[in-house]
Amino acid sequence: MNVRLYVLQRATAALMVPLIAIHLVTILYAIGGGLSAKEVLARTQGSLGWGLFYGLFVLAASVHAAIGVRSVLAEWSPMRGRSLDIFMWVFGAVLMVLGLRAVVAVVM
Amino acid sequence: MQKTLEVSIWRGGSEGRYEVFSVPKRDNQTVLDIVTWIQRNADPTLSYRFACRVGVCGSCAMTVNGKPRWTCRTHVSKVIGDGKLEIAPLANLPVVKDLTTDMSRFFEKWQEAKGHFVPSKTRADPIEQISPESTERRAANEAIECINCGVCFAACDSVRWNDDYFGPAALNRAWTLVNDVRDAGNKERLKAVAAKGGCHNCHSHQSCEQLCPQALNPTASIAGLKRRTMQAYIRGEL
Repeated sequence: MNVRLYVLQRATAALMVPLIAIHLVTILYAIGGGLSAKEVLARTQGSLGWGLFYGLFVLAASVHAAIGVRSVLAEWSPMRGRSLDIFMWVFGAVLMVLGLRAVVAVVM
Repeated sequence: MQKTLEVSIWRGGSEGRYEVFSVPKRDNQTVLDIVTWIQRNADPTLSYRFACRVGVCGSCAMTVNGKPRWTCRTHVSKVIGDGKLEIAPLANLPVVKDLTTDMSRFFEKWQEAKGHFVPSKTRADPIEQISPESTERRAANEAIECINCGVCFAACDSVRWNDDYFGPAALNRAWTLVNDVRDAGNKERLKAVAAKGGCHNCHSHQSCEQLCPQALNPTASIAGLKRRTMQAYIRGEL
């Protein structure tokens, strides 16, 4: 961990606090209202707002989680140096691709 | 009343074992008294380190019943708990023999964290007046009384998990210098503590603060370094 990773991880955490709150409240609201998957999709498809919301969420989560997992591996596994950085980039990229695919699926 | 104490003492290097000694019980006995009694009366080959015996030099730290302590100021009655006394060398440092550790790594980390004063003036300059009330001086004073005993280094989970980490004492020292207005080394110091092994590896578990015999709070010093390096990074100075 260095100052660059530290700042990025804290900044993405701060960004995700309101996003998580909105995400959870929306889920509870949608479930409580008895919306089916089809009805949810009808609301999200074509919505630029939800696309941007979850697109930003996925980017922040990918960066945040990749740095966090790097720290865990640095302390709890034999991985050191470059291998840690490579793992962080690959893990972050995989999360981002999976997440963005999911966003595209519900918005497009 | 029981007249003797059964004391387990670590013998050998990192691959050693505990040896049990029976030591006469005394009033106001310190853990260092116990170790000294064993060396003088039971086994003169027992190795341990001490100097001042009064909590100034920071030489005699050992692991006492699982926790790092300065043994000269640790009364047996305060730590004996269920009647068991187990004394081992400090953790997170290589064992030389018995209760003696090789502290080179601990002091090398101070150098890596730029924990040394860099003068900004010559002896020809007048002595700088420092107000004891200034924010910087008060911050430095809070952290300045470290005796380099290594208790915080031995207590720290992050040191145990991360070989690169400078540890609480070195970073605490760096923080005192960051707040020393006479020092000219802060650019390099902030770079050092913001890089690999630096202050951002601290998880704020606060074992250092809990066990520091001088009642210092290295976690707070490290938090100060985190703030200062973050500000410098955002301003593009790192």
